[in-house]
Amino acid sequence: MFVNFISKSAPPAFSQIFAPKAIPEMTTQLATPLIIEENQEPEHIDRDFALKVAQRAGGRQLLRCFACGTCTAGCPVAEIDERYNPRRIIRMVLLGLKNEVLRSEFIWLCAGCYTCQERCPQGVRVAEVMRALRNLAVEEGIVHPAFKAQAELIRNMGRIYEIEDFDNKKRVRAGLPELRKNIEDIKTLFERQKLNERLG
Amino acid sequence: MSASDSRRARPYALYLGCTIPARVQHFEIASRKVAERLGLQLADVAEFACCGYPIASLDARAAKLLAARNLALAERAGCDILALCTACTGSLTEAAHELQTDPALRDSLNADLAAVGLRYEGSVRVRHLVRVLWEEVGREKIQAAVVRRLDGLLFAPHYGCHYLKPAEAHGDFEDPEAPHTLDDLIAWTGARTLDYPGKLRCCGGGVLATDEKLALGISRNKLREIARRRADAVTLICPFCNIMYDTNQKKIETIFGEPFGVPVLFFPQVLGLAMGFEPRELGLSMNRVQPKALLEKIGIK
Ligand code: SF4
Ligand code: SF4
Repeated sequence: MFVNFISKSAPPAFSQIFAPKAIPEMTTQLATPLIIEENQEPEHIDRDFALKVAQRAGGRQLLRCFACGTCTAGCPVAEIDERYNPRRIIRMVLLGLKNEVLRSEFIWLCAGCYTCQERCPQGVRVAEVMRALRNLAVEEGIVHPAFKAQAELIRNMGRIYEIEDFDNKKRVRAGLPELRKNIEDIKTLFERQKLNERLG
Repeated sequence: MSASDSRRARPYALYLGCTIPARVQHFEIASRKVAERLGLQLADVAEFACCGYPIASLDARAAKLLAARNLALAERAGCDILALCTACTGSLTEAAHELQTDPALRDSLNADLAAVGLRYEGSVRVRHLVRVLWEEVGREKIQAAVVRRLDGLLFAPHYGCHYLKPAEAHGDFEDPEAPHTLDDLIAWTGARTLDYPGKLRCCGGGVLATDEKLALGISRNKLREIARRRADAVTLICPFCNIMYDTNQKKIETIFGEPFGVPVLFFPQVLGLAMGFEPRELGLSMNRVQPKALLEKIGIK
């Protein structure tokens, strides 16, 4: 029999404390207030950063993170390089450390395997948050060169590998149909999306 | 004839993506062979281009636009999509799911697609070949097609992450913590499947371009578990996983000073062997780590 040493009255039922709540609708206020007082606020804190991230595709659940570390525990990248830590990145976002996050090499190290996202007890879409952070970094002019190179290939040819006559000959020899070499309308879609400007 | 029957009578649009037709043709060769023999009709759509996955990191909406472009092309041809690469499957499946559940997004992407003469209504279903083999061709037909049982062989299955996740986008087809479709398919050929620690771990391919050593380290961990347990081969279903475990296996052995020598076969190659195809018909000469011992065990010299 368990004894409640702390309070004489009956403890609230587990389900009362952890009653599932709907995801808070987006407001201009953070669901969790920041711990930093207004007058002590370091200059580099961006109080709206978490909200900006939360408004991106897959970002809304971010505000529910309770820092359990399940994401980091199952992350294949963290297993090899302990400097990579998705929980810490989520915390930094919630604390408004915008520049540190967007300039960090770590946001480019997520393998996008979705392990964290499937396991997060709070339904945070961690892999999608990482993607949103990369998108935000790109909007600030920080583009990882490897991704930039791939995007340029896709813009110019429609694919990340160029198909030359040699490749098509090889395909035909193997009994496979030839491929079209260039797919022009991708350029139009890149223009409409204003992706060219962002690639610099 | 009901609508779904008439739909099924249509061929699948075979979606190859960028990597397979240029660099990993053995996957394509074997897939076409087994699909054809099992009665799956495939159609090629010449205008198919990148699935959008590589640019999602730069601009998630642009990636969805490229995915929607392919979906619209398949819809125009009246076909559902059958994909071979799990990253493409993931990208197209996620986009199809969102475009079906979010009409505002569909309208907005359609405004851009109109500029290239396309429109997407939301009717295309996207599935990976392996899912279609399990779900639609099914056990009976596959077992009936097996003429060279692979008894005595032990395969280590590697499920690509995007074959399973996000589970919601894939209609909760598999429990990502306990997938079984690839294991089942291996078992239907008569072979055994290896259950091993880290079976569900990602191949690391997603970070190969940003941090090679890190990516190869992730792959090393899995090769180590599989080699220790003396599997005859890894079997997998994604070109990127293949690049990590097969193409880069020598490099991993050199960097980390650990020998593995584990052959890596695409599942359609495994199934093709069981269906009586010869190794050259399945592009087996293109596998980097040659499965010589494995072939000898099933009587192929
Ligand atoms: S698993 Fe979810 S709740 Fe836990 S730390 Fe990671 S993001 Fe936060
Ligand atoms: S999606 Fe990214 S952060 Fe999450 S477990 Fe995979 S590699 Fe780690």
